[in-house]
Amino acid sequence: MPASSDLRESPAAAYDEPVTPRPVARARRSTRMPWIVVAAAVLVAAVMVLPVLVVVGQASASGDEASRLLLRPRTAELLGNTMLLVLLTVPITLLLGCGAAWLVERTTLPGAGAWRTLLLAPLAIPAFVSSYAWTSVLPAVQGLGGAVFITALAYYPFVFLPAAALLRALDQGHLDAARSLGSSGLGAVLRVAMPQLRPAITGGALLVALHLLAEFGVLQMMRFPTFTTAILQQFAVGFSNAAGSLLAAVLVVLCVGLLALEVPLRGRARIARMGAGARQRPVAYRLGAWTIPASAALVALVGVALVVPLVLVLRWLVLAMTSGAVVVGPLLAAAGSTVGLAVLAGLAASVAALPAAWLLYRYPSRLATALERVTYVASALPGVVIGLALVTLAVQWARPVYQTAALAVLAYTVLFMPRAMVAWRSGLAAAPPELLEASRSLGLSGLGTLIRVVLPLVLPSALTGFVLVFLATSTELTATLLLAPTGTETLATAFWSASDELDYVASAPYAAAMIALSAPLTILLRRQILDQR
Amino acid sequence: MSAAGISVTGLTVGYGGPPVLDQVDLQVRAGGITAVLGPSGSGKTTLLRAIAGFIRPDHGRIEVRGQVLTDGPTLVAPERRGIGYVRQDGALFPHLDVAGNITFGLPRAERRRAAQVEPLLELVGLSPSLARRRPDELSGGQQQRVALARALAREPSVVLLDEPFSSLDTALRAATREATRAALAARGATTVLVTHDQAEALSFADQVAVMFDGRFAQIDSPAGVYGAPATPEVGRFLGDAMLLSGQAVGRTVSCCLGRLDLAEPATGDVLVMVRPEQLVLGEPSDTTASVSSVTYQGADAMVRLELVGQTTRLVARVPGDRVPHPGDKVGIAVPAPVRSFPQR
Repeated sequence: MPASSDLRESPAAAYDEPVTPRPVARARRSTRMPWIVVAAAVLVAAVMVLPVLVVVGQASASGDEASRLLLRPRTAELLGNTMLLVLLTVPITLLLGCGAAWLVERTTLPGAGAWRTLLLAPLAIPAFVSSYAWTSVLPAVQGLGGAVFITALAYYPFVFLPAAALLRALDQGHLDAARSLGSSGLGAVLRVAMPQLRPAITGGALLVALHLLAEFGVLQMMRFPTFTTAILQQFAVGFSNAAGSLLAAVLVVLCVGLLALEVPLRGRARIARMGAGARQRPVAYRLGAWTIPASAALVALVGVALVVPLVLVLRWLVLAMTSGAVVVGPLLAAAGSTVGLAVLAGLAASVAALPAAWLLYRYPSRLATALERVTYVASALPGVVIGLALVTLAVQWARPVYQTAALAVLAYTVLFMPRAMVAWRSGLAAAPPELLEASRSLGLSGLGTLIRVVLPLVLPSALTGFVLVFLATSTELTATLLLAPTGTETLATAFWSASDELDYVASAPYAAAMIALSAPLTILLRRQILDQR
Repeated sequence: MSAAGISVTGLTVGYGGPPVLDQVDLQVRAGGITAVLGPSGSGKTTLLRAIAGFIRPDHGRIEVRGQVLTDGPTLVAPERRGIGYVRQDGALFPHLDVAGNITFGLPRAERRRAAQVEPLLELVGLSPSLARRRPDELSGGQQQRVALARALAREPSVVLLDEPFSSLDTALRAATREATRAALAARGATTVLVTHDQAEALSFADQVAVMFDGRFAQIDSPAGVYGAPATPEVGRFLGDAMLLSGQAVGRTVSCCLGRLDLAEPATGDVLVMVRPEQLVLGEPSDTTASVSSVTYQGADAMVRLELVGQTTRLVARVPGDRVPHPGDKVGIAVPAPVRSFPQR
């Protein structure tokens, strides 16, 4: 019997024709996966893990050289710096993110809708752009202090977003039940609300920590060396495979360590709602006299994280325009190649994510889950590691693709595919098998069902996934520095080379263009909070 | 007799394991309403999905109006069957409004005409003003009715209803059930309703098929399955029933309630089935019991009784205006003939 997906069947025989055996829509679970989809998903997963294998392989091949390189005092300094940065910044982002989320979602603070947008908006300003803005007026912002200051302000939305979504979704009924069972108000929060928030908070903290390991632009500007900046310096002074790969391997170990650490911290809390009753809307905490200090705190946070960098970029932009320093040609060229690469990356990531997402949707199994998870592992690694691995691969095995757009798009796909995966999965979840069956019983063929039921339900999410990958690509700096096609500047790399020479005026148009391009991100992410029901 | 609306013969479905449906036969007359009644997990939904064409059985035939739709593993695709299928949750398309849902299965040209929608909404007892609403703006009962209108839009000769009323609250359930029954009668559609609710099956259908563990225990009229159950299990499943040991001789049986008339002659050791409404309470007599507790329900009351000098516990359903008090001594009579089953 042909093993085909039931959405792609040929039309069935009419009543009076002899009926032939053929597959029909069956219950959600089926063991017969279409082999071509499985093959595609396996291929994608293999490509995703390839960079990791290359880095580890390179590092382990260097043998004695490795211990000599690793045991230098320099390595200890880099390790110390990296850990110091993570240990200082993560708690600050937790404090800022959770505090702001609580104020916005669970208190009587006025203007929650506006605050939600404003508190997410710093995500639209690449961290290296805001560090450029701050150093342009305050040269004292540098070193460890400056690095913590800039990264905490740039990355606290990673905590704010899930914390706000969960606080918004928190069932007041649970808190009420805890109170009626004898818990104090604080006790109810600690014993009922916190366990539910823990996965979101640790997830957000993990995301911040991974970004800190991957951060290059900010730390370079702050002159605060970590593994990532050291690897790129190695690359700049003359590509040394052994040294670069060794440092990258250490970075991989740190990432894996963080990922492993998150598992026990996340806890085993399962947030299932029992019963069919409507969720109780949360009761807002009455701030009373605290309204003004609380508002002032949020004003201050949004001020330093969003307003100051924005105003400074605009100031330099005005200066650039009045002094005639805006060179339209290169700016348009950079914008064009940025958009081109980002569109290609968005498409590539969306296409690459579809096979595994489809398998999980139609044929949920351990294999499908594993194929999905693999894609997350590689993308947890810093862009510099992926970039370095692809450079190594291309130089050794595929010279012709080295310094072409194809390799850069591959790197973006490896880095950002989970965004497309998550989008496909939520989109496909909107088209459950019941609806496909309803459509079939109303006389539509498999193809008709695909066109009139599946696509309309799935496309909005798929588009969101494309846009998220597009936006991430358009401000990506580290992998782009390693892999951009020869002679091609993106907005990020053009900005980088100008700001590296402390040419604030020349950098400004590129910074402004990146912020303008990223602005829609805020709206997309805001919807993630509001969609929580 | 003309061709049956639906004819199922020897249907066996296993999902590769022990059979969920085991050699099931079912005839539904054209235009009739059959309720498939059984506890959850008995295979009711599997039967419905097999008729709809979503399941490939191991063996068995399914015919609709004389046309073979399923013959063992050979199937006509669901969309070629002309069978309407309404699920418990309605399964409305969230990206379409009410009108879009109702006209979904119609040819493109007819989909444009709003004229199609109004009569269908009225048919299921909904206001035409709902046509532009989204599914998430409807109540559960409204969603169910839209799902029914959507299935009826294609004028199917067969409509399958899978517990369509179970997610509705009591008041809504009765109203939706009536609207559904009226709409189905207006269209003359052959209907199979799957339910685990005895009252629903008895009131909705003209034939009730009782299913236990993938087999039909009895297929009969509502009065037949309630009044003349084939087995004690069927009798108990369809309503409160007391099963008392007795000795039958011809048309009479002796048991703890005295000598009762039998509806069907029997001989030897039997189990006598007495429903609570068959007990008539009066002045103390040969068969006297004391009232141990009373559950008042308005129109009637359930009276728990203990026979004097015995440990047998009985339940009687009495009219709400003639309720005894706990501790009262009452006489028990069973004027109507009762059913008996051979003792096993």
